[in-house]
Amino acid sequence: MGDVVLTNISKTYNDGKTVAVDDVSFSVNKGELFGLIGPDGAGKTSIFRILTTLLIPDGGTASVSGSDVVKDYKTIRRNIGYMPGKFSLYQDLTVEENLNFFATLFDTSIAANYDLVKEIYVQLEPFKKRRAAKLSGGMKQKLALCCALIHKPEVLFLDEPTTGVDAVSRKEFWEMLYRLKEQGITILVSTPYMDEATLCERIALIQGGKIMSIDTPDNIIGQYPKKMFAVRAEKMSTLLKELREYDPIESCFAFGEYHHVTFKAENGNNAEALNTYLNQKGYEQVHVKQTSATIEDCFIRQMNE
Amino acid sequence: MADIAISTNKLTKRFGDFVATNEITFDVQQGEIFGFLGANGAGKTTAMRMLCGLSVPSSGEATIAGYDIYKQTEEIKKHIGYMSQKFSLYEDLNVIENIRFFGGIYGLSGKEIKEKSNTLINQLGLQHEAKKLVGSLPLGWKQKLAFSVAILHEPKIVFLDEPTGGVDPVTRRQFWDLIYAAADRGITIFVTTHYMDEAEYCNRISMMVDGVIKALDTPRNLKKQFSAASMDEVFFELARGAQRKAD
Repeated sequence: MGDVVLTNISKTYNDGKTVAVDDVSFSVNKGELFGLIGPDGAGKTSIFRILTTLLIPDGGTASVSGSDVVKDYKTIRRNIGYMPGKFSLYQDLTVEENLNFFATLFDTSIAANYDLVKEIYVQLEPFKKRRAAKLSGGMKQKLALCCALIHKPEVLFLDEPTTGVDAVSRKEFWEMLYRLKEQGITILVSTPYMDEATLCERIALIQGGKIMSIDTPDNIIGQYPKKMFAVRAEKMSTLLKELREYDPIESCFAFGEYHHVTFKAENGNNAEALNTYLNQKGYEQVHVKQTSATIEDCFIRQMNE
Repeated sequence: MADIAISTNKLTKRFGDFVATNEITFDVQQGEIFGFLGANGAGKTTAMRMLCGLSVPSSGEATIAGYDIYKQTEEIKKHIGYMSQKFSLYEDLNVIENIRFFGGIYGLSGKEIKEKSNTLINQLGLQHEAKKLVGSLPLGWKQKLAFSVAILHEPKIVFLDEPTGGVDPVTRRQFWDLIYAAADRGITIFVTTHYMDEAEYCNRISMMVDGVIKALDTPRNLKKQFSAASMDEVFFELARGAQRKAD
């Protein structure tokens, strides 16, 4: 039995005209770090708001730690921590006042659960008399996490905690999540950054309100149906157009330093033939190699299916 | 000097004792795709506001499209385009109305606006959405439209502040197709991003740490210089020593 269970959940807005969540079912195990991976508008926030009892679904059922999101909303609210995508603490309270406020709301104190937030809070302590409004983005994020944790929740919901955060701070944030997971907290986190998917134990790829696949990142990558090739040469932007016009190629997308390419018919000499073709076309420093697909490759493929 | 789009010399901005941008010096060529990277709080936004003529520097010099950053800010504004993730278009105007509004602001004639609207809507495949409110469009479409509107007046330079944050992977790549097309037409692209794969699409990258430009080169040379396999590693190498964690 999962700790968070969704069965055929759907949600529409504008009198049914906008479908935000479309018949979504999945479950998150106790103590699992589960990622909801998808771009803006995929339905991630609606799912979070349903699970945190802030939004009533149009159809389907969902439960958190065995409590129903509609009937037992009061129980759920006591047992979960929620960090919304938008900063939602009190801007005109200080760091310490915010944390005290949230502890008091849940009939506890900072001292009682200090262990859980200690590692994060020590970084904030030098600024504990500063108003939340005056904190930097990274500090606000840490304070929000502390406030979501201070009552020792069983399940933690983090809605896009790393959006707009630089690569170094993102890494630090994920390290904090691992330490929380070690304490047995179930974590449901959403992100638009595909590279963060591999940091989760299991992920759901979501687009247009629908779940495209659910599995471990390794399995999702392993199920990619084609051999992936990486191609580079001088003049990458003209190369991209050239590759898309080359008949044997099935798909071609820019992936940083290389373009990722799959072939319609897979045979042993695809790479060699492409290499020769590009050389004939006058491209210099052509490099074609087999590579493994990434979560982003999988996402693009499933989006287009 | 006609082919230099942006030139700065020891450009500095102080807020009281705090030096947000500390003596940055660099040139950007006309038609170049220049990636302006750095950790949160490194001073990117402050620098960008100065380059757009929105904030007066404390010291140093700069010319943007040949115009002086102190004396000719109005000329600068006419010759640049700007888009950000947060605000670029009016959500409660439809697609056509947004194009007309910004075309008017940039001083295009009614005839030019009409022509540009048609071309742009066809290029972006927005024929069915032309009369829809921008607020109802998916983020990726909005961002492609916002970019096209930001270069409606064929500026010398366009400043893009995290244009692809949260955009789906396919649309994100289509967005870069638009960037390449604009650069091919000679428009200089000055772009910030948190996606390190996008850093690879730039001709050159600058890395800002604690208000200072720590490195500036092509992605390939930067990787060589830091013995790194990816731009991700270069970024970590440079940014992890950062003292400032402000935003």
